[in-house]
Amino acid sequence: MKKNFLGALAVTTALSPVAAMAQTEVQFWHAFTGRLGELVKAQVEEFNASQDEYVVVESHKGNYSETLNAGIAAFRAGEQPQILMVFEVGTATMMSAEGAIRPVYEVMAESGASFDPDAYIGAVKGYYTTTDGDMLSLPFNSSTPVLWVNRDAFEAAGVDPDTDLSTWEKVGDVLEQLKAGGEDCPLVTAWQSWIHLENMSAYHDVPFASQDNGFAGLDTELMLNGPAQVAHLTAMGDWAKDGKFIYTGRRNEGGANFRSGECALFTESSAGYAGIKAEAEFDFDVRPLPYWEAVTSEPQNTIIGGASLWVMEGHDPEEYKGVGEFLSFLSSSDVQSAWHQNTGYLPITAEAGDATRAAGFYDENPGTDIAVIQMTAKEPTANSKGLRLGSFDQIRGIIDEELEAVWAGEKTAQEAMDSAKERGDALLRRFESANQ
Amino acid sequence: MEKRVTFRGWLLPLALIAPQVIISAVFFFYPAGQAVWQSLFIPDPFGLSSQFVGLGNFEFLLSDKYYRASFVTTAVFSTLVTLCSMIPALFLAVIADRLIKGSGVYRTLLIWPYAVAPAVAGVLWLFMFNTRVGVVAWYLSQLGYDWNHVLNDTEAMGLVVVASAWGRISYNFLFFFAALQSVPRSVIEAAAIDGAHFWRRFFTIVLPLLSPTAFFLLVVNVVYAFFETFGVIHTITGGGPQQATTILVYKVFSDGFVGQDLGSSSAQSVILLIVVGLLTVIQFKYVEKRVHY
Repeated sequence: MKKNFLGALAVTTALSPVAAMAQTEVQFWHAFTGRLGELVKAQVEEFNASQDEYVVVESHKGNYSETLNAGIAAFRAGEQPQILMVFEVGTATMMSAEGAIRPVYEVMAESGASFDPDAYIGAVKGYYTTTDGDMLSLPFNSSTPVLWVNRDAFEAAGVDPDTDLSTWEKVGDVLEQLKAGGEDCPLVTAWQSWIHLENMSAYHDVPFASQDNGFAGLDTELMLNGPAQVAHLTAMGDWAKDGKFIYTGRRNEGGANFRSGECALFTESSAGYAGIKAEAEFDFDVRPLPYWEAVTSEPQNTIIGGASLWVMEGHDPEEYKGVGEFLSFLSSSDVQSAWHQNTGYLPITAEAGDATRAAGFYDENPGTDIAVIQMTAKEPTANSKGLRLGSFDQIRGIIDEELEAVWAGEKTAQEAMDSAKERGDALLRRFESANQ
Repeated sequence: MEKRVTFRGWLLPLALIAPQVIISAVFFFYPAGQAVWQSLFIPDPFGLSSQFVGLGNFEFLLSDKYYRASFVTTAVFSTLVTLCSMIPALFLAVIADRLIKGSGVYRTLLIWPYAVAPAVAGVLWLFMFNTRVGVVAWYLSQLGYDWNHVLNDTEAMGLVVVASAWGRISYNFLFFFAALQSVPRSVIEAAAIDGAHFWRRFFTIVLPLLSPTAFFLLVVNVVYAFFETFGVIHTITGGGPQQATTILVYKVFSDGFVGQDLGSSSAQSVILLIVVGLLTVIQFKYVEKRVHY
């Protein structure tokens, strides 16, 4: 982080005399380190080399929450960057911050950069678009949950690795067989609220919250204690009790258990691809997220997680032109297909997906297109467009706590979700009154 | 007659106390005042608008049964951290004090953990007790005990207490050790001649003479447990499972810096300030009476 910062500083210092002459500087704050950080840097360098009017300066500001905090603190001090990366959970916070943000569709219209809102995949852009269809922030890295299968573990437990895992009913039977076959960790998950509540709701086309999951207004209430969600969590709770579902933590701790070969099934983001491919010393494959046949005969689409790029208020028109050019560059098919193939994140435009398919990437890396198919198979409904809830980071914390009570067998799924609703609604009311 | 130094005029005394007053004002009074002021509002994160709610934030907090439960969690946590960091420290100091040779080596080794930042200490302990790769968790499983602090409240609490107390033992050790050195040998020797054995000498002579140090450490350790342990909790449990390890200061952090709810976070800081203030007053009023200087 320090190195990055110093690097950015060096770049800024080195370029500032030039910038004063001709080039306009655009600050871009993001949350990526490691491989992802390198890829972002490469994108920025490519953009800077492609033209000589603007210079984008990227800086890493910590994890998602820290980056958002840095942006907020900077805005309060009048030092905000032009572009800030904000994770999907912070969307409602940013949206309500009128006067702090400049919607992307406005920036693009004013800058004159090429911008076609229809080029973006509906389920991806929907998360960041108003109910009127105006895109507020540019989707950057988006992923969606899928089911990862350790084929070797299936074989060791005497279960056919090609067995049908499309529904949770079938997965339930398989978990039973895996357990009977001596598997100690049949199922593990990452991001439990995102996968087993938020996505579960969208996938079965049931609301997670009222007012179109918060898209239609701040007076939204949680509806995560509905029968579909409770049935799913009850089943998961039973599996946890029988040692068929192993709980490892609130974030992606389960990834380590799966990558080491300890667990047979893993529900995790499609962006887990890079890590699993690099570390797994077993045969694995990717399946679509299972659905409950009892709830729906055909699943809706899943929703995304990840981050988008917000443009902050308070800069010169010339700088916004540079922002427009850069965002347009990021949306280009070449940049997007490379990003998609390198990271496992979804392409944000349909064109980038097609280009990836045409290049034969999906044939060489089977399963990498499952996330794309799962997201785009159906036109999103009001229940599957995404979530827009204030204080959502805290609400996820509450959901995590209540889920832990279910996994520990201290509460029934219904009790836990009723309590999550009550506690979450209190926060939503607070957010509503703070943003009136 | 008492000898007093008097200054002529005001300038010199003012100049002499100025650094301390300025530091306290800038780093304590100003932020504390800000916290009190902000606790009366529900601001939006960007500071664009702010709504005056009077004591609304306090009402919201105190009507939340999870927030009230966090008081109990904090009380349990700070009591355990204080006990677990003071008793072993005293024991180690007594043992090290008895050593004739090599006490310098032990002393140095025992002070080391204090150099480890709480967050780093948290990660170290987490590694040892990690349910999958942790050494201690593995040994426990060999003994047939299934360690799982991710879901078990008691184990989670135990782990954060140990991780928080560990580095603190060094700090307490230093103070106890120094205090032990200043216990007059003649008194102990006199008692020894009278036939008092080691532990009797310890409880009737040494311990009372250590009481000012112990009292000081009690205050300091309670403050430590209240305010400085959030790094440990953040890295090990994140306040979970459920809310088993969500202490007051951790909630201040997570509501303010994760939830962007600055109003509630400020109100919590104010409550915390009052609680610690009260505790310190109680300690000075009641515990100090039993301290012999």
